[in-house]
Amino acid sequence: MALIEFKNVAHSYLPPPTRIEDYALRPMNLVWQHGGAYALLGPSGSGKTTLLNIISGLLRPSAGRVLFDGRDVTDSSTAQRNIAQVFQFPVIYDTMTVFDNLAFPLRNRGIAAVEVRSRVSEVAEMLELTDDLRRRASGLAADEKQKVSLGRGLVRSDVSAILFDEPLTVVDPDLKWRLRRKLKEIHKRYSVTLIYVTHDQGEALTFADRVVVMDEGSVLQEGTPQELFETPTHRFVGYFIGSPGMNFLPCRLSPDGAEVAGQFVPLAAGLRTKAAQATGLEIGIRPEAIGLSGSGSGLAVEIGDVAHLGTRKIATCRIGEHEIKVVVPPEQPIPSERGVLEFNPAMTRLYSDGRLVG
Amino acid sequence: MEKWQNQCAWFLVMPVVLLVAFNALIPLMTVVNYSVQDIFDSTHRLFVGTEWYRETLLNTRLQNALLRQLVFSGLVLLIELPLGVAIALTMPRKGGWAISATLVMIALPLLIPWNVIGTIWVIFLRPDVGLLGHFIDHTLGIHFDYPTVPIQAWISVMMMEVWHWTPLVILLAYAGLRSIPDAYYQAASIDTASPWAVFWYIQLPKMRGVLMIAVLLRFMDSFLIYTEPFVLTGGGPGDATTFLSIYLVKLAVGEFDVGKAAAFSIIYFLIVLVFSYVFYQVLLRAQRGEVR
Repeated sequence: MALIEFKNVAHSYLPPPTRIEDYALRPMNLVWQHGGAYALLGPSGSGKTTLLNIISGLLRPSAGRVLFDGRDVTDSSTAQRNIAQVFQFPVIYDTMTVFDNLAFPLRNRGIAAVEVRSRVSEVAEMLELTDDLRRRASGLAADEKQKVSLGRGLVRSDVSAILFDEPLTVVDPDLKWRLRRKLKEIHKRYSVTLIYVTHDQGEALTFADRVVVMDEGSVLQEGTPQELFETPTHRFVGYFIGSPGMNFLPCRLSPDGAEVAGQFVPLAAGLRTKAAQATGLEIGIRPEAIGLSGSGSGLAVEIGDVAHLGTRKIATCRIGEHEIKVVVPPEQPIPSERGVLEFNPAMTRLYSDGRLVG
Repeated sequence: MEKWQNQCAWFLVMPVVLLVAFNALIPLMTVVNYSVQDIFDSTHRLFVGTEWYRETLLNTRLQNALLRQLVFSGLVLLIELPLGVAIALTMPRKGGWAISATLVMIALPLLIPWNVIGTIWVIFLRPDVGLLGHFIDHTLGIHFDYPTVPIQAWISVMMMEVWHWTPLVILLAYAGLRSIPDAYYQAASIDTASPWAVFWYIQLPKMRGVLMIAVLLRFMDSFLIYTEPFVLTGGGPGDATTFLSIYLVKLAVGEFDVGKAAAFSIIYFLIVLVFSYVFYQVLLRAQRGEVR
């Protein structure tokens, strides 16, 4: 258990970084509360794995300090930090049995055989590996191998955190959710800090209490799945999270609210004053926060394609040259050609140059 | 579906059949032909059945050559594999041009024609002008005369063989090491595995495939070795370094005993085939055992 802190941590794989673009990880301050379940979410090349390897100590950051419970561990090895890590591809010791694989980290630390046996059988029980303990680990299926790699982290009762680097990449989709549930269960039972790297938002949002969204080496937003969904602080977050992503419409302020392509959108009280000096304004609204009807007051739009997804329908509407996606309940009829959109003012956000105004 | 009665497809395999026939079957059958006859000249010949085989198998000189050959190939495997793996392990896993340059230098002995290898070592080991020979004889003060002292002849042939072929093992082992993903080393460091455990539980199992190839290649090649020891020692002193192929050539070319030499060739061929097959099966079984 540990509180993990990043103080001005940055990393570059190029020896002397000269420009900000040279950094795989740009300078950042972060705190990982002990016992939290975190997801690191971002597209490929956003610096997630670099960040993870800095926490685990496999990589020394080129700048800044890493603290565990206030202790500076920047130069400590992974073993000294007492971190467990599960990699993208299952790492198992081929020639050993499942039991020996699980016992390996304990035996290396000189723990007594009796204690080893009880720890291993407890973890095997938890991971449903008891029947396989006598088998050679190399004969297992990919998901079982991944459970063994996870188990090697769990047998150590004193780990500071368990880090996952896209661990479900090689696992069949139907097994993924089972393993994910297992992880949740483990988190509840051992209340150990879990940090989970993924580029799959579904995985991140179901697994984590808090999600850290990254892009181009910086952390854009850290928050609960709900916060990320309702108030993305960054255009990228709004677009990256949610399916379909947030709608963004360039707008101008007007006395009644915001003006989009000559029509008016009401804004929450106070938002207009906050945005008074802002440039590059855009309205951001979730497709789920828009009402679509045939007539009434609101934004008049043309209705284009409608995708039927079973539990919901997604209508693609056009206003001027802008496209708006709207999520509609499956039973609600969608008017053809023309309709009226009503934005929920409480869910309508304003962005200035890609950043949240309010 | 109805089957047609058409055997034309057999003609399509004819090129391969012809090629294999001229390449392997006909020469082999010539040898078989010689091995069951006593031939005096082009018109006088006598079918002798298995007589040459019996005589060859009971020949003590051949038995000694076979024993010598097995000891030699055994030593080759025992020295070259651990040495090659050890050297490969000392090389950094990642690196730029320095690694490439090192690999090229290591591989140099593999590019030298075999009779030249023998000649290089003949000169290298001379006590008067050879660097190593002079060093042993004058600096270490050990009387060095490998052409007359059997144990020195053996050591010289072994040194030459190790120098010539260990690079192949190094290259194979290094390729095997390079293919191990970083995550294994990272996981091992997280599990606080000792360097010995990393070698025993990660590197060696992951190298098994390439090492299997190395064992097979080195066994077969060393079992068939001829040129280098022939140039270096000529099989001497006496019969001390007369390996199977050297004895075979003595028999066939020196004594012109074609029938005996042919029977010997067939036996030799079968020994190599059987040993390689057994090696392969044993190694394959070891691998399958892991999967189970």
